[in-house]
Amino acid sequence: MSITVYVPRDSSAISLGADRVAAAIIQKAQQRSIDIKLVRNGSRGLFSMEPLVEVETAQGRIAYGPVQASDVAALFDANFTQGGEHALSLGLTEEIAYLKKQERLTFARVGITDPVSLEDYLSHDGYRGLANALKLSQADIVKQVTDSGLRGRGGAAFPTGIKWNTVLNAPGEQKYIVCNADEGDSGTFSDRMVMEDDPFVLIEGMTIAGIAVGATQGYIYLRCEYPHAYQALNEAIAKAHAAGYLGDNIQGSGKTFELEVRLGAGAYICGEETSLLESLEGKRGLVRFKPPLPAISGLFGKPTVINNVISLATVPIILDKGGEFYRNFGMGRSRGTLPIQLAGNIKHGGLVELAFGLTLRELLYDYGGGSASGRPIRAVQVGGPLGAYLPESQFDTLVDYESFAAIWAVLGHGGIVVFDDTVDMAEMARYSMEFCAIESCGKCTPCRIGSTRGREVIEDIMAGKELAKNVPLLRDLCNTLLNGSLCALGGMTPYPVLSALNHFPEDFGITG
Amino acid sequence: MTEPSTTQLTVQKIATALKDKPGALLPILHGIQDTLGYIPPESVADIASTLNLSRAEVHGVISFYHYFRDTAPGKHTVQLCLAESCQAMGSKKLAAHVKSTLGIDFHETTADGKFSLEPVYCLGNCACSPAMQVGKDIYGRVSPQSFDDVISAIGAGV
Repeated sequence: MSITVYVPRDSSAISLGADRVAAAIIQKAQQRSIDIKLVRNGSRGLFSMEPLVEVETAQGRIAYGPVQASDVAALFDANFTQGGEHALSLGLTEEIAYLKKQERLTFARVGITDPVSLEDYLSHDGYRGLANALKLSQADIVKQVTDSGLRGRGGAAFPTGIKWNTVLNAPGEQKYIVCNADEGDSGTFSDRMVMEDDPFVLIEGMTIAGIAVGATQGYIYLRCEYPHAYQALNEAIAKAHAAGYLGDNIQGSGKTFELEVRLGAGAYICGEETSLLESLEGKRGLVRFKPPLPAISGLFGKPTVINNVISLATVPIILDKGGEFYRNFGMGRSRGTLPIQLAGNIKHGGLVELAFGLTLRELLYDYGGGSASGRPIRAVQVGGPLGAYLPESQFDTLVDYESFAAIWAVLGHGGIVVFDDTVDMAEMARYSMEFCAIESCGKCTPCRIGSTRGREVIEDIMAGKELAKNVPLLRDLCNTLLNGSLCALGGMTPYPVLSALNHFPEDFGITG
Repeated sequence: MTEPSTTQLTVQKIATALKDKPGALLPILHGIQDTLGYIPPESVADIASTLNLSRAEVHGVISFYHYFRDTAPGKHTVQLCLAESCQAMGSKKLAAHVKSTLGIDFHETTADGKFSLEPVYCLGNCACSPAMQVGKDIYGRVSPQSFDDVISAIGAGV
């Protein structure tokens, strides 16, 4: 009987040496004539312990980490294939506090299964949502999603069920499901993890969406910076197709749904939904005027559901366990769970999926363990490059959409980037304007010109030039961007800029 | 060095194979860049005529996207992340080290043609910042020392 050993294939684990560890384990096992089966699973999302090697034992999976290839011989010496004690032992994986305290719904399988094994997916509750959906009317599928309270996890937090309902009721022979997988926000990687570590859940979610609204074609618009996700998705799509989970007669239902992955080309703006649709049509990613909404006139002018990866990957569990089940997690108008990503200068960076409603401080210290550098945390940016910077005095804010809106901040895609006390917040504000200038599609003037002027004004402020004139000028410019931009790139760049200015005026040379 | 005629044949073959896909231009451009390493400016006319677009439209798309390039890259492309999460972990100092080690700035290629250096805004490896990608290989928690190790290992291999 061979022993099952797990080494993640997640690209973050690979970036820390997982491939070399896997190769070393295979080689040493052969040398010692130990019969092992090596599974390349997804990552559990506790990246301070990656590469995290697990071994299947009678008690459950036992973890070791962080393991380097040079540790492998010693692990064999310690008899790790039988769960032997070693300095890198972390005990039973399920008992690791960071993981045990989480409420994993969307990420239920991530890190546990072989991402591209359909058998693994099926034996861990996969495709149960689709099975239920095939028994329901289209309107009832949409109702489950509406009842769940799921709101778009890409950043805008628009109720998913309402969007689907619009597409369901829009007339049209051809409709599309488009997955926005252009996860470009710094500090976010939950989409990447889903696509690399459990691609079938996204495929299932999109299939359910297609059946619900009557769309027969889906596209995943994936950023080209994610080659591992591209490979995993295509492998999973081929297997789903071969097993009748995609194609022209899904599980004998007579329903059709085809799925294709399309690659972006390094434009941040293509994460904006209308720009993404332009790009999918083969054009420059210029933002469209709204209305018409994509739900009415989207891809190639047809009714289109466009949802983020996490939103679509959450649909299977909603259809499996019901809208009520999902709704019972969370608080206020923020229902369900949010996969939060701890990033930047943090000791235990990683993926933490929890119901809405805990505080930022709990995330930063109870899960994150404070800064990686050991210095005090001075600021965090939540929600990507367009999210506000929060000072220590706001760390007791609850993680939910409304609590963040109340302090002029956004949850966005749930990414939290941590900075210690060496950060220069004026420089971060300058960078925000610079990033907006680099990534602006150029269609509207406030964003195209305002971002460059903004960078210049902040540089003048940083040089101490005419603060009494330039600081009000910067605020005025931000006001123009906020109110005059066509989309969130120009419209939200003032969030990081003004929050840095308001909470950290000393970094801008403003005293008193 | 590929002869221009071979390049043209390659471009035409890729464009013809993909032209019937809805929204075919980006898949075609990816196909060309995957094969040739860049999109030669002289291929614009062929792509345009295959898709029944104007050359201006094709050029406009190529120039809009940061990833597409119209000059040949070095043998290895180093993509260094400059976004916030990596900045929080010292990517600016790392970038200075990378530039001085390779002797080039961003968007440049070393004189020996071994390395090109490109900025990237997020590789999705933010829990292991700072991050970089060399070719298709991703690296996390990159330090000046580990960068040197990666580059010398690759340099020795060419």
